[in-house]
Amino acid sequence: MTKKDPSGGLIISPIKNGTVIDHITAGEALNVLRILGITGSTRECLSIATNVRSKRMGRKDVVKIENRELRTEEVDRIALIAPQAKINIIRDFRVVEKKGVEIPEIIRGVVRCPNPGCITNTNEPVASAFEVLPKGLHCLYCDWLLKDDIAEHII
Amino acid sequence: MYHIISIRDLERKDLDYLLDRAREFETGNCRSCRLEDKLAALLFFEPSTRTRMSFATAMARLGGRSISVDSVEASSIVKGETLADTIRVVSGYADAIVLRHPKEGAARLASEFATVPVINAGDGAGQHPSQTLLDLYTIRQSMPVDGIDVGLLGDLRYGRTAHSLALALSLYGVTLHTIAPGGLEMPANITLELRERGMEVIEHENVEEVIRDLDVLYVTRIQRERFPDSASFYNVASSYRITPDLLSGVRDNLMILHPLPRAGEIDPAVDNTPYARYFEQAKNGVPVRMALLHEVMK
Ligand SMILES: [Zn+2]
Repeated sequence: MTKKDPSGGLIISPIKNGTVIDHITAGEALNVLRILGITGSTRECLSIATNVRSKRMGRKDVVKIENRELRTEEVDRIALIAPQAKINIIRDFRVVEKKGVEIPEIIRGVVRCPNPGCITNTNEPVASAFEVLPKGLHCLYCDWLLKDDIAEHII
Repeated sequence: MYHIISIRDLERKDLDYLLDRAREFETGNCRSCRLEDKLAALLFFEPSTRTRMSFATAMARLGGRSISVDSVEASSIVKGETLADTIRVVSGYADAIVLRHPKEGAARLASEFATVPVINAGDGAGQHPSQTLLDLYTIRQSMPVDGIDVGLLGDLRYGRTAHSLALALSLYGVTLHTIAPGGLEMPANITLELRERGMEVIEHENVEEVIRDLDVLYVTRIQRERFPDSASFYNVASSYRITPDLLSGVRDNLMILHPLPRAGEIDPAVDNTPYARYFEQAKNGVPVRMALLHEVMK
């Protein structure tokens, strides 16, 4: 369980093993779960806090997953919707690894191209590929520029 | 340079080099530039007789041969087969593949599976670099491209020939005037990209206000299906039609281009004016495609 202390900070109850994803862009926690394939029918033990007050971000979301360490591909996906997220890997109640997410220059097989005419939306043996630009994601096949709703297009 | 996929892949020096080579082919100044033992596979998964014929002509003029698959045969090839597989198979037959395909990005995909060079002859509404090169070539035949005023008129929202030409012209310090009906304006992200590349882009609603300031007017089709009913289409189309009357007081060197086929955007009476250059432009497809084919197979 999570409780707020009187000063407005968040107390995250410790977990034995697993991952804490902190500093998620406010409102994106559920998309983070979707990216991780966590649904109502999966069995992870998790805690979610949304719109928590944060000194650095104003508001943030936090997700805590027990007994699961995130793979690099999963972290890459989270980076697209929560570029400030911090990943803490916990083993035996201790943070053994602390990393920021890093947006790769090219992302492959992570986002579906919204252009129905794009060759990557056919049965060809290729993964989608986007170049990550400040103004959005640029499809390396059809030149489509994906600016909004990136979370909706994550595969 | 190996594959020719998108105008975005080419720098100014590449464009200038290819245009210089096309000039040599046109003037016959490169008699040794032959492809006598070479075979090009023209894979056309959607009909485009003009583009296919101009590649076949270019190949024949270089002394090479081409095998050609038109859309009907191509559709039986694709029965159950991916483009990736077709490309791998045809790579074993020919020295280069010229691909026309209805899906955007098909040529990029083909280049990843081909073991021979791929030339994009148009993928969906996507890239068509040989068209842009012949447009540039036609302009360069009569004036230096640097610093001129070019007007793009018509459906600039969906007209990717116009996008691709604009991107190429941004490498030449051209001032771009966009002239499009409401709803068919150049997409904001393309305009932004052009401006980021340092291009001056000026938007206009009608052609009268700008035609006297232009060196080149590039006309594209406005498609009827973009409009809710035929009345509103005719209304818009008639106000974007180029007529001899409109041409009074224009610059002497004004050049009117059109990727063809046209459908009423240019009054046939304009054909007899010195400004009409679209048939010359179509003819230039051959030397430009000779240069491309020779470049990838030499
Ligand atoms: Zn795409």
